[in-house]
Amino acid sequence: MWTWLHKLASPPHAFRLLDRMAPWFGVAACALILIGAYWGLVEAPADYQQGDGFRILYVHAPAAWLSLSIYVVMAAAAAIGLIWRIKLAHAAAAASAPVGAAFTFLALATGSIWGKPMWGTWWVWDARLTSELILLFLYLGYLAFRASFDDVQRADRASAILAIVGVINVPIIHYSVEWWTTLHQPASVTRFAKPTIALSMLIPLFIMLAGYQLYFVWVLCRRLQGEILRRERSATWLTSVEGAA
Amino acid sequence: MMTNDLGRAMLLAVQRDLTLAWRRWDDVAQPILFYVVVTTLFPLATTPDLAQLRSIAAGIVWVAALLASMLTLEALFRTDVDDGSMEQWVLSGQPLGWLLLAKVAAHWLLTGLPLVLLSPLLAAALGLPREAWGTMLLSLALGTAALSQLGGIGAALTVSVRRGNVLLSLLVLPLAMPLLIFGARAVGLAVDGLSPAGPLELLAAIFFLTLSLGPLAMAAAIRIGVES
Repeated sequence: MWTWLHKLASPPHAFRLLDRMAPWFGVAACALILIGAYWGLVEAPADYQQGDGFRILYVHAPAAWLSLSIYVVMAAAAAIGLIWRIKLAHAAAAASAPVGAAFTFLALATGSIWGKPMWGTWWVWDARLTSELILLFLYLGYLAFRASFDDVQRADRASAILAIVGVINVPIIHYSVEWWTTLHQPASVTRFAKPTIALSMLIPLFIMLAGYQLYFVWVLCRRLQGEILRRERSATWLTSVEGAA
Repeated sequence: MMTNDLGRAMLLAVQRDLTLAWRRWDDVAQPILFYVVVTTLFPLATTPDLAQLRSIAAGIVWVAALLASMLTLEALFRTDVDDGSMEQWVLSGQPLGWLLLAKVAAHWLLTGLPLVLLSPLLAAALGLPREAWGTMLLSLALGTAALSQLGGIGAALTVSVRRGNVLLSLLVLPLAMPLLIFGARAVGLAVDGLSPAGPLELLAAIFFLTLSLGPLAMAAAIRIGVES
């Protein structure tokens, strides 16, 4: 068991494994997203209140879920890297941060587009949108912080601490923002943000969610490969990979 | 006798920082002046009408205090790392987290406490009713103390980054947003004549959380910054 883990954490082995796994995740992600998109955008019934406008949910909700869970994945990888000094875990944290930031931005953009027909404005200081915005700030801060180091090792360890501090703060920020909006806004908006949903609308949502998650894994595999290449650019095993490819 | 030694070391650390600040008092005065100047900007930018200012006074005081605290954070550990005394602390055998906690406490005495003590003056200028002053003092005291811990983590992380001042604000401000929400809301409730106990207790909870976990994170970050 332990030797298997150690083997997994060695860059050459991990690189080959990622190379072998990535296409499968890619195909599965594309298939699920296509099925989910067709089901959600064409087959699912229109909402009695929001009409066809609600369909942006199929793009918005999975992105919002992932934006948060990628932050947790990133912090967990960073903690593993910090505690057991596994370089590959640091690389995984570095590779997942831009993807998480992109999903956060997608969730914000689609949320704002959704808000235009529903609320009449592009932006509402709604609890979910606001905490998503702060999450984007956290991601951007993490990326800017990591970019400010020249030394990879030091960047890894310092940004790992930042990610852990951030992940402890995420629930505090989330609940404080929720508390803030419930005090300032009428309840109709919060009820609106938590709609009860019919099963025929829910199934494509879960398919989309699974598709998004597999997409994240796929992109993470490829980005991690890139990260390994960048970090190990002077290593000898790379020439053998190049020869094989 | 270990705990006694630690207590003395912490006391000496606080004393040293206070003495240094006393000899360079203009560094201490600048952020306080900044706090007053920023607060003056808001009536100029919005309205001189006290009745309208009163409704946003809590937010103004809190935002100005946050920004003023950001200014001093960068210098918190920078000089000690540059002149090598931080390395001596790391090697001293005393728990680094406690020593850094002493440093942060001295920093709060020099920057947080003056802001808190000055705030009634600004509150009066913004038309905040006298009944809300007590809440404002308490919320600012808890908030700036928690902010010193959060800022200390940020300062420890950016200590090896050149010109990390803007970066430091980018890292710390999102983390400080809950403090702003609870602090400004507590003052707002007191202005409306309601009980501010709820947000004040949440502020206190965040303060104790940062007090217990902050030194650990700071010590880990300083170790990374110093060893190279």
